Amino acid sequence: MIEERPLFIPEQNIVLEHNGDIDPEVLEDYSKIEGFTALNHVLTEMTPPEVIDQVSRSGLRGRGGAGYPTGLKWQTVAKAPGTPKYIICNGDEGDPGAFMDRNVMEAYPFKVLEGMTIAAYAIGASQGFLYVRAEYPLAVQRLKNAIRQMEKHNLLGKNIAGTPFSFDVDVRLGAGAFVCGEETALIASIEGRRGNPRPRPPYPAERGLFGCPTLINNVETFANIAPLLRKGAEWFASIGTEKSKGTKVFALSGRIARAGLIEVPMGTTLREIVFDIGGGIPDGKAFKAVQTGGPSGGCIPSDYLDMPVDYESLLKLGSFMGSGGMIVMDETSCMVDVARYFMEFCMSESCGKCVPCRVGTAQMYQLLTKIVNGDATLNDLALLESLCDLVRNTSLCGLGQGAPNPVLSTLRYFRDEYIAHIVDKRCPAGVCPVHKREHQEVNA
Amino acid sequence: MQPISTKPAPPSDDKRWRIVTATMRRHGFRPDALVETLHSVQEAFGYIDDVAMRFIARGLQLPPSRVYGAATFYNYFMLKPQGEHTCVVCLGTACYIKGASDLLAQLEAVTGVKPGETTPDKQVSLLTARCMGACGLAPVAVLDGEVHGTADAKSVSAKLEEWMRHD
Ligand SMILES: Cc1cc2nc3c(=O)[nH]c(=O)nc-3n(C[C@H](O)[C@H](O)[C@H](O)COP(=O)(O)O)c2cc1C
Ligand code: SF4
Ligand code: FES
Repeated sequence: MIEERPLFIPEQNIVLEHNGDIDPEVLEDYSKIEGFTALNHVLTEMTPPEVIDQVSRSGLRGRGGAGYPTGLKWQTVAKAPGTPKYIICNGDEGDPGAFMDRNVMEAYPFKVLEGMTIAAYAIGASQGFLYVRAEYPLAVQRLKNAIRQMEKHNLLGKNIAGTPFSFDVDVRLGAGAFVCGEETALIASIEGRRGNPRPRPPYPAERGLFGCPTLINNVETFANIAPLLRKGAEWFASIGTEKSKGTKVFALSGRIARAGLIEVPMGTTLREIVFDIGGGIPDGKAFKAVQTGGPSGGCIPSDYLDMPVDYESLLKLGSFMGSGGMIVMDETSCMVDVARYFMEFCMSESCGKCVPCRVGTAQMYQLLTKIVNGDATLNDLALLESLCDLVRNTSLCGLGQGAPNPVLSTLRYFRDEYIAHIVDKRCPAGVCPVHKREHQEVNA
Repeated sequence: MQPISTKPAPPSDDKRWRIVTATMRRHGFRPDALVETLHSVQEAFGYIDDVAMRFIARGLQLPPSRVYGAATFYNYFMLKPQGEHTCVVCLGTACYIKGASDLLAQLEAVTGVKPGETTPDKQVSLLTARCMGACGLAPVAVLDGEVHGTADAKSVSAKLEEWMRHD
């Protein structure tokens, strides 16, 4: 597959279109850039099944992590018996190192709401909730403002745009629990309970909020809807790769020259993202890995920089699309310490409902701590690997199931670093205490 | 899900309870108002104590254990009064890669307290967060609600020391 590629792939904007051109607090500004044309068209010219058909044919997949086909999800909720039906927009964005959804909610509140309203029409929902983390006060304020203005212009509320369709949206605040990004925990939280996940099935599409059929999509998923319907499914499907259509917004951070948000077609390579768009690694340091998928994701080493980024490729590499955080690491990062960092995160954020996750993450964290301190043996490493297997296969929700991933992926690509800590009592990156101790001994 | 006709009397004549009652009323005193109501107590009073939890329990007709269970589940809710000033250090991935743990260690040394604690003179609470959504500016510290990007230990320490000198 040798292909001439331009040095710099221009970013392509669907979600972030007209970046910076409009005032996110003024409805008229959004209308000027074709805002609400999709909604008006849908309400007056299309039947709900036609809308779902367009979304299905576009190939859009959920941007909240797992990449479930959006059209299929809409269809399931539309067909599910029971009323009322609810719509939830997942704006919890708990992955540390991810800030795409914050930006989308702050800069394009009307667009997110337009997407939700179209979805409500398509599946027959009358009430929607936007679940936003409390750490994003500006996003909350702008969304609330956008809801008020849309109500004033009869774009939300009773008989929208003079049609029989009615839909209301409320904002609900998260309260600093990572697990509440998981859909069943999020539903529990909106119902005013502790955010404990529950087993699926039944999926929220059948039994969700208050026991009713519920559609949950991510912020970026909803932000894709209006452009998709304005320009058509065929246009959308022409962007991206065979199985991953459209664009993806990524938050680039860490050891990178130009940190920030980017939106690129699915299938753009990591090299293009990190080097052409992100400007590479600063201070003359060498690229080591890029972490995607947050605490359930993995670290991808330089050998795979030419891999196109899409759902399947990332899974094949032992990582995960996640919500779109990309944290670049250079030679100054120790991969064992990175694995330990994520395990600490999962251990602290485990809701404690099931034993494999609650106890397993704590055990794995202790083993990783032993390794970075230079106190571990090869038996500990074997134990760590078997625990990874156990926790991954027996945890109740995605948090526990994904918790071993950072360990497994660093073991897969950087096993020599683990061995250096355990056998040679040495941290190749010079980060871990094992190294400092050795240093002190030399100095003594 | 049954709305009650009489709202419970607030624990004291502190006007801030009205905001809390208004939140419960807006949700028809339904149990699903719990998290929203806890938010409104925290916003009005800065933290959520037993008195507030009992008041919410009566208002929403929930067992106090449910209120306590939710208040303790969510990291965002404070069960103790905070200091005059707050310093939040982000420990999200981007900040971690850019040395947030060193920053935190130095601030612990300057204040003499651990994350989650307040200095004995009640001036400074040292807190941590999981990502402030400002990862491009890592490492990030938030001083009294104001985000400081590429935070270096020296300037943040200086600010904390200034706070601790005043009383
Ligand atoms: C532990 C955990 C955390 C999650 N956090 C988020 C989140 O912050 N935002 C999000 O959109 N989805 C999150 N998800 C995925 C949601 O459960 C759900 O799949 C998603 O919101 C569906 O939307 P989509 O189909 O548009 O991707 C999380 C899942 C798990 C297991
Ligand atoms: S896997 Fe972890 S977070 Fe998920 S339900 Fe079990 S204990 Fe809770
Ligand atoms: S990781 Fe610190 S702001 Fe996101």
